[in-house]
Amino acid sequence: MDAIGVLMVCPMNTYLEQELDKRFNLLRYWTQPRQHEFLTQHAESIRAVVGNASAGADAKLIESLPKLEIVSSFSVGMDKIDLNKCKERGIRVTNTPDVLTDDVADLAIGLMLAVLRRICACDKYVRSGGWKSGDFKLTTKFSGKTVGIIGLGRIGLAIAKRAEGFDCPISYYSRSEKPNTNYKYHKSVVELASNCDILVVACALTPETTHIVNREVINALGPKGVLINIGRGPHVDEAELVSALVEGRLGGAGLDVFEKEPEVPEQLFDLDNVVLLPHVGSATVETRKAMADLVVGNLEAHFANKPLLTPVV
Amino acid sequence: MESTAAEQLPEIIVLGPPAIFRSYDKKFSSRFRVLRPWESPLPLAQFLAAEAHNTQAALCSGESVPADLLRQLPALWLVVTPSAGVNHIDLLECRRRGIAVANAATTFSADVADLAVGLLLDVLRKISAGNRFVRNGLLSKKGTYPLGFKLGGKKVGIVGLGSIGLEVAKRLEAFGCTISYHSRNKKPSLTYVYHPDICKLALESDILILCCALTDQTHHMINREVLLALGKEGVIVNIARGPVIDEKALVYCLQQGEIAGAGLDVFEDEPRVPNELFELNNVVLTPHCAFFTEESLRDLYELICGNLEAFFSNKHLLSLVSEE
Repeated sequence: MDAIGVLMVCPMNTYLEQELDKRFNLLRYWTQPRQHEFLTQHAESIRAVVGNASAGADAKLIESLPKLEIVSSFSVGMDKIDLNKCKERGIRVTNTPDVLTDDVADLAIGLMLAVLRRICACDKYVRSGGWKSGDFKLTTKFSGKTVGIIGLGRIGLAIAKRAEGFDCPISYYSRSEKPNTNYKYHKSVVELASNCDILVVACALTPETTHIVNREVINALGPKGVLINIGRGPHVDEAELVSALVEGRLGGAGLDVFEKEPEVPEQLFDLDNVVLLPHVGSATVETRKAMADLVVGNLEAHFANKPLLTPVV
Repeated sequence: MESTAAEQLPEIIVLGPPAIFRSYDKKFSSRFRVLRPWESPLPLAQFLAAEAHNTQAALCSGESVPADLLRQLPALWLVVTPSAGVNHIDLLECRRRGIAVANAATTFSADVADLAVGLLLDVLRKISAGNRFVRNGLLSKKGTYPLGFKLGGKKVGIVGLGSIGLEVAKRLEAFGCTISYHSRNKKPSLTYVYHPDICKLALESDILILCCALTDQTHHMINREVLLALGKEGVIVNIARGPVIDEKALVYCLQQGEIAGAGLDVFEDEPRVPNELFELNNVVLTPHCAFFTEESLRDLYELICGNLEAFFSNKHLLSLVSEE
């Protein structure tokens, strides 16, 4: 087993590294000063790639690894993997669904509360001694507000369930209407945005959903509306979002992801109706361990010729 | 003509004034004739003697309404407080005089419960700390950020299962938490596990959320012993009253890592907050604003007017505080 080369494309989790070290010959791509030469040198032994939300396996990488059999992603999103190329080459692909659904949904609600109730701004107010001068201003109630969800998959449904605990009416946009829900379906994202108070992006990133939240959607959401993005940065036209927030055309935003991570638009730093997080949707001790176990489990299954645990391709 | 109309409005005295009055002053004044002691150069006692000897109803703030203040309002039959809590009012004196007390009832319960959940998520998932990290430009420089802790599946212990406690329970159940509680009495109609002993609740819980009234029994109820029982991975959220927690013990436990974090909306000596907390990244601090939303204030205004108008029409009060 330890002759099998597994290429990890970027640092993601030390526990995962340890577990892969025990079972395979783990090659840490990011530590190599001359990556092209490194790949050429190890091309014959690399049979697996481990990626995540930041970096995966594009066509170029896949083409330089002739012995590649499986790409195992430490994420549920597949947008950094050239799935068509993998299908073409017969390369298996796995991700980490379900184990992170709760954490991402929890964070979406946490961001909604942080923005509407100005929790981060309040914390700053107390820490800076502002409370001695007077009370913080009135904030906006969260309970009972209409939550509009783009994408009613696992994460979207988990967000809906939590928001219902706050008596929030739920509406959604999806490629097709889902049977068996009481939630209100809207045929377009603009229609959804016009009819909700809080819009949350919870769909997969594909060429079709890139910039699904554009100027028109942002305007429809309006000066009292709040946008929450726990999907991928490119879901939102970031330049439009920034200008809408700076000009007050959008009421607020809670963002865990950005178009060009780790860059974050600095024009947002002074706005107290905006909360910015360093891509931590699944970043809990418990969930990252479960995700790591799933990555390792999928690789072990593949190399033992057993059924994959969570295959995508 | 205008002053005659104003004179015919029922008279109330406003003490404080509370924030709700400051936001809704004009509206109150269109429905009541309002005595405003803070606008007078006279000290309060003289103002009351001069102006309020016939006043039957008072709207107070969160400040103390002790027996000797009540005695300076000899015609008083009603005190309306804009809070859910009534511990700042001398209830014994009110009972003795037959003065009714009306509070904010469940007006804020949803908002307060929302903030409790918001504080909890912030502490566990490092939302305020993460927001600071990004705004300090550290995402580009340092990249990684320490992991937070999962909320789902955690055992939540609610202290005080009144209207607010129940709203907190309902919300956290939707996140997959299991709920237990400590209260003066067990609530037989509920399936949540009851703990008559606060220490046992803390021992069995990952998270404690304080939703109880401040009374002699609950004063410093959360002390070092309870915090140690909660443990090194435990988180405490306080949206009740500061003095329910022994604040010195809490600060010490946080500094020593005896508990994992705290979300606090209330403090023993507001607006003073222990400076030691400012150095900690695992605490989230808000300035007693759990109830302070536009919507709640609007609802509160309607409730206060509803109570006052019911009183002046000899009807049942909307939110009479009954003796317990």
